[in-house]
Amino acid sequence: MGNLPFASVEELQRALERERYLADRGLATAIYLAVSLDKPLLLEGEAGVGKTEVAKVLARLLDRELIRLQCYEGIDASQALYEWNYSKQLIAVRAMQDVTAEAHVEDLFGPSFLVERPLLAAIRAGSRAVLLVDELDRADDEFEAFLLEILSEFAVTIPEIGRVAAEEPPVVVVTSNRTRELHDALKRRCLYHWIDHPALEREVEIVRARAPEVPEALARDVAAAVNRLRTFDIAKRPGVAETIDWANALAFLGAERLDAETARATLGAVLKDHEDQQLAAAHLSEVLEGDPAEP
Amino acid sequence: MTPPSPESAALAHLIGFGRELRRRGLAVGTGRIVTFCRAAACLGALDREDLYWAARAALISRPEDVEAFDAAFREWFGGGMRIVLRVPPEVADEAEAAVRAAAAGEEGLELEEGRVLAREWHEPGEGDEAEGEAAIRIVASASEVLRSKSFADLTEEERERVARLIRRLAVQVPIRRSRRLRPSPGGSRFDVKRTLRRSLRTQGEPFHRAWRARGTRARPLVLLLDISGSMAPYSRALVQFGYAAMAAGRRVEVFCFGTRLTRVTRVLRTRDPDRAIHEIGRRVADWEGGTRIGESLKALLDGWSQRAALRGSVVVICSDGLERGEPDLLRSQMAKLRRLAHRIVWVNPLKGSPRYQPLARGMAAALPSIDVFLPGHNLESLEELSRALAG
Repeated sequence: MGNLPFASVEELQRALERERYLADRGLATAIYLAVSLDKPLLLEGEAGVGKTEVAKVLARLLDRELIRLQCYEGIDASQALYEWNYSKQLIAVRAMQDVTAEAHVEDLFGPSFLVERPLLAAIRAGSRAVLLVDELDRADDEFEAFLLEILSEFAVTIPEIGRVAAEEPPVVVVTSNRTRELHDALKRRCLYHWIDHPALEREVEIVRARAPEVPEALARDVAAAVNRLRTFDIAKRPGVAETIDWANALAFLGAERLDAETARATLGAVLKDHEDQQLAAAHLSEVLEGDPAEP
Repeated sequence: MTPPSPESAALAHLIGFGRELRRRGLAVGTGRIVTFCRAAACLGALDREDLYWAARAALISRPEDVEAFDAAFREWFGGGMRIVLRVPPEVADEAEAAVRAAAAGEEGLELEEGRVLAREWHEPGEGDEAEGEAAIRIVASASEVLRSKSFADLTEEERERVARLIRRLAVQVPIRRSRRLRPSPGGSRFDVKRTLRRSLRTQGEPFHRAWRARGTRARPLVLLLDISGSMAPYSRALVQFGYAAMAAGRRVEVFCFGTRLTRVTRVLRTRDPDRAIHEIGRRVADWEGGTRIGESLKALLDGWSQRAALRGSVVVICSDGLERGEPDLLRSQMAKLRRLAHRIVWVNPLKGSPRYQPLARGMAAALPSIDVFLPGHNLESLEELSRALAG
C-alpha cells in the first residue's frame, strides 16, 4: 500500500487542488482507493466532465509517466500491445539473403524489430507509469476481453522474445462515455465512479482554477449560463471543458460580464451543434436571466 | 473461532451490507465484497462519508443502481448518525475467507449473481417444457389460421399458442460493416504481417501475398413497445417479439412505454419469457394507461441516446400512434431519432385494417421520419417485420 504518498483522502484532495483539479469527496475517495488497492479506476460520465484529466493530473501528482491508449472501433492487439516492424523485417530478409546462418532468422524477431504500443509500454514501465485507457466503450467486445486479460496479469508473452511482466502494476484509469455498457467482468475488476456535472459553485471554482485570467464575475456568469443551458432540450449538453472554453473565449475578447451580444457572438465555444445553437439563440434571455447581480 | 472481536464484528457488518445489496437485487458478487472490505481497511478510521464513497466505488458500477444503493446504505448504516468503524489492515486478508465461509452457508447457492437468477427462473420452467412441446404439435394444423388472425381476436388459449410461435420466429439481426480488419483472400488491404510470415517459407521472397478486409457487425436493435390501453391486445404479443429479437442477437435493447419509458432489456434476458413478461407487468407501472409517445421518445433520447447505442441502430416502434401529448413534440423527437438511427420501422397494428389511413395526429406527425411502415396485428405481419429488419 505504499503507492500513494498521501495519508488520507483529504490530503489527496488538497494535492489535486494544487494541481488545479477540483475533485469532490467521492472522486477523491475512489482515486485514493484505486491507487492504494492496485485496482483499475473506471470513470464514466458525460463528455467533458474531466474523466481523462484525472489520469493526467494523477501522473503529474505521482511524478509518473502518462501512457495513453486511445480506443477506437476496430482497435486490436497489434495496435494496443505490440507489433513487429514488418517493413523493416522484409528489408532485413532481403539484405541477409547471401548470409546463410540460421541465427539471422532469430535476429529478425529481436527487440530492434519490435514496435512497442501503449500496453506493452505500460507493462514495462510498471509502477513508473499511469496507464490511461481512454474511451473504452468505443472499442469492441473482443478488445475488452483482451484488455481484461492484460489488466488481470500485467504480463504478456511474446512468443519470439519471452514473457514480459510488470514487477508492480501501473496505476490504471479507464474512461467510458457509456455509448455502450461495458462487460460486467471488466467492471467487477475495477473501482467505479460516475462523474457528474459539477454544482454551480464548484464549476465557478473550476473555471477560476483552470483559467485564472478570467474575471470572477465573468466566470460566475458563464457557469450560471452553462448550468441553465444544460436544462434545455439540446442534443449535446456542454461539459466543464466547454464552460472553460467559453470563459476563455470571452475573456480573450475583453468581456467583463456575459451579455446577450457577446453571448450570441461566442455561442460556438459552448454549443457545437447547429440546432442547439439556434435553440439557445432563440432563448437567449432565458439562458442569461436570473442573475441577481444584474444591474 | 475465538469469540468475536470488535474487528470481526465490524467486518461482519460490512460483509452483511454487501449481502443486503445482493438480496435487493443488485449484482454484488463475492469479489466486490472483498474489494469493499479491503477498501474499508485501507481507509482505516472510517466516517460515514468515507464509508459511503468506498462502498459505492467498490460495490456498484452503474449510475442507475445509485438510488437503490443509497436506500440500502441509509437503512443498513443508520440515518444521520456518525459511525466510526475501525478495521485494521490485517483484517482485510481475513475478509476473503470470511466472505467465502459466509457464502458456503447458503446451501450451495451459487454466488455468481447471473447464475442464481438463471436458476430461479429456470426451475418453474422445467415442468412446462414437455407441455409446451405437446402444445406445438397440436397447434401445427391450426397455426395457418392463427397466423392471420388478429391478436385482438385471439382467445386466451390461442394467445398462448401464438406466443410460443412468435418466440420461435427467427428474427434477423441487421448488420453493418465493421472497421475491424479480418484476413480475407479477396480483401483489398495488404496484410504485411501475414505476408511476412509466409515469405519465411519461401526464403524471404514475399511470394504468397495476404490480404485483409473489413468484416461485418450486428447493428444494435432497439425495440420500443407501446403498452398503453389502446394497444393492450397487441402488447403481450409484441413483448414476445421482443423476446425473440433478444434471443436472436446480442445487442438488443427493449423499452416499454405508455405514459413513461421503462427499460426492460434486463428483464427479457432471463430464460423464462412468461416469467419475464409477468415481471415487466410488475415493473411497468402504467401498463395499459394512456400514450405519450413524444415524451417517451424524449426520455429515450435524453437518457439513453448514449447508452442504448441508438446511433446506427435499427429502431422498431410498435404503437398505434394515438398520441395524447403534443404532436409537435413527437414530430421533433422523431426527427431527432431519425438523425441518430440507421432506420426506423414503425409497426402499427391498426394498419392491418384495409381502410386504415394514418390520419391520427400523432401518426401523421411521425410519418415523415419513418423508413418502413408495417402492420403488426397478427403473426404473419410479425414475420414480415422480422424480414424487414434484415435490410
